[in-house]
Amino acid sequence: MRKLLFQNFFRGPLTERAPALDEAAVEELATALQRAARRRLGRSLSIREIDAGSCNGCELEIHALSNAYYDVERFGIRFVASPRHADVLLVTGPVTKNMSDALERTYRATPDPKWVIALGDCARDGGCFAGSYAVVGGVSQIVPVDLHIPGCPPPPVTILQGLLSLLDRTAKNVAST
Amino acid sequence: MPSLIDLVLEGRNIQQHHPWPRVVVDAQIWQFAASELAYGRWTLVGLWGEPSTVHMAIMDGDATAVVSLDCPDRVYPCVAKHHPPALRLERAINDLFGLSAQGLPDARPWLDHNRWGVRSPLGNRIDAPATTSPYRFLPTEGDGLHQIAVGPVHAGIIEPGHFRFTASGETVVRLEQRLGYTHKGIEGLMRGAGIERAAQLAGRVSGDSTVAYAYAFSKAAEAALQLQVPDRAVWLRALLAELERLANHLGDIGAICNDASFGLMQAHCNVLREDILRAANTAFGHRLMRDVIVPGGLVRDLDEEGKASIAAVLDNLHVRFPALIELYDNTASLQDRTVDTGIVTTALAKQYGAGGYVGRASGRTFDARRAPGYPPYGDLRFEVPVLDDGDVNARVWIRIREVEQSLSLVRQIMERLPGGPSNVPIAAVAGAREGMALVEGFRGDILVWLRLDGGRVDRCHLRDPSWFQWPLLEAAIENNIVADFPLCNKSFNCSYSGQDL
Repeated sequence: MRKLLFQNFFRGPLTERAPALDEAAVEELATALQRAARRRLGRSLSIREIDAGSCNGCELEIHALSNAYYDVERFGIRFVASPRHADVLLVTGPVTKNMSDALERTYRATPDPKWVIALGDCARDGGCFAGSYAVVGGVSQIVPVDLHIPGCPPPPVTILQGLLSLLDRTAKNVAST
Repeated sequence: MPSLIDLVLEGRNIQQHHPWPRVVVDAQIWQFAASELAYGRWTLVGLWGEPSTVHMAIMDGDATAVVSLDCPDRVYPCVAKHHPPALRLERAINDLFGLSAQGLPDARPWLDHNRWGVRSPLGNRIDAPATTSPYRFLPTEGDGLHQIAVGPVHAGIIEPGHFRFTASGETVVRLEQRLGYTHKGIEGLMRGAGIERAAQLAGRVSGDSTVAYAYAFSKAAEAALQLQVPDRAVWLRALLAELERLANHLGDIGAICNDASFGLMQAHCNVLREDILRAANTAFGHRLMRDVIVPGGLVRDLDEEGKASIAAVLDNLHVRFPALIELYDNTASLQDRTVDTGIVTTALAKQYGAGGYVGRASGRTFDARRAPGYPPYGDLRFEVPVLDDGDVNARVWIRIREVEQSLSLVRQIMERLPGGPSNVPIAAVAGAREGMALVEGFRGDILVWLRLDGGRVDRCHLRDPSWFQWPLLEAAIENNIVADFPLCNKSFNCSYSGQDL
């Protein structure tokens, strides 16, 4: 183990520069944050991820955010184990009817102020599963959504852009109060 | 003793079913098949319904066949009564089609949580009653037992499911799973869909196996249409499948070690996984290679840039991976967690016909690439690693060995990739045509069975390997401590979405 750690010491970091903000996401967030972001979040976001019936593709790319290339924690973004600790709910999937209750209850368990990000094409409107007897069709059918991050699944850079937009807007709103 | 071949001769053969036979049998032969499964002479590969028929896919050595039983009265002789691996499948058939297995030992619903507003959505639909009765978990009795309820929303970034533990102090005496939370009604959406849309849906059954599902669906559709795909497509598909296996196994090895609080391994494995996904993105335009394999071939060919990016990743893996194997092998505190934890006996793995690393870590040699086998694997050199220990450690080692095998396979495929086109157009054929395929995904064998009618899907069933692995997790955790559950669970890495459909 020591040899491996030693080698890494000289290998240099793999972590890449932060991506530029996604303008469309910044636009969408403007409204959401004027409404709610009066209280200081600082530059930190705690995220509770909820799989509301996804195929698991989105989860794989959310996981990738924590690898050495993206290293999401350097931005103050953390994934937390409980909705009680969360600022943001990151929701994937078309919202199956079997998960709609759990989604709603998790939302209610999250303290204010809170934001909901719908991640992936099915989270927007059910995507290719829309119209099924077992699917509600989109996160906004159950809880209010502040930001959509499109893709099937969205690659980590796109997810990161969306999350950084949220931090950026929050910081600006705080500065203007 | 009659073989599966003899049984096939007894039934009424369905002409347009490929590549293995399907026969319609009577209740007596159906029950005979169930008893052969129970004696362990045959292996259950799948069990699924239609509005008034049940089908059972069986393997007997190298022979594969589907037996079908018409059940106009909406009842059929129960298989699970004799052969428990059929239990959840029969509960699901009841939920989706309203066909009931006579004598089913556990008649509780499985996928139906009474939230759909309808009963038997794929059979004779009826409105669901407004009142709901709570799901009754199996009773546990004894002094000092307590229950721990986990899920459906878990602490990590994973799929939803409910685990009900009964523990005596730290020791788990029973785990009961409740799944179905991600049921999207995919088989319902498949009905009447065009082949292109159906392939897209198949690629979204389980995101981590999007290649394997698209591969299996495409092979089944091509079998039904008796369509031959070009050689280059055959080889490229295997390339995609092996890249997917590499990426997932690396992610799993890291995640298992992380669940034993050894984050260093995960940090390294996830870098290697990311390298593969980036090469896949360069080569095929999508990090998970989604929607690349379609009936008829592939939508995208491999160019020189793609080849170079995959070759670079292979070279890097050859340098970096051995150090990680050494790290796993030489870290005693890690082995202390994985060795002898969560044991699946060889008898259970055989009974359940468990595929993938779960089966192969418990003595089951089955690998769909070998038998029944499909091209181009017959032309490639590879070994199927098998261990008997059945613990978390064995499931890690199977993955490590399979990473090595897949590295070799990718190299062989790249060296011998034939030229020519990478797809052929598919033409709609009139009349009903049936096909099936068994493809080895990273998790195990995926079964797809379908009936096409005039260019549309009449019925398609997709059976995830997890159906025969989830129940073994319940057995593996028994007498382990609660704190080892995440470790055991990750070493199985069963699919929720794949089994919920």
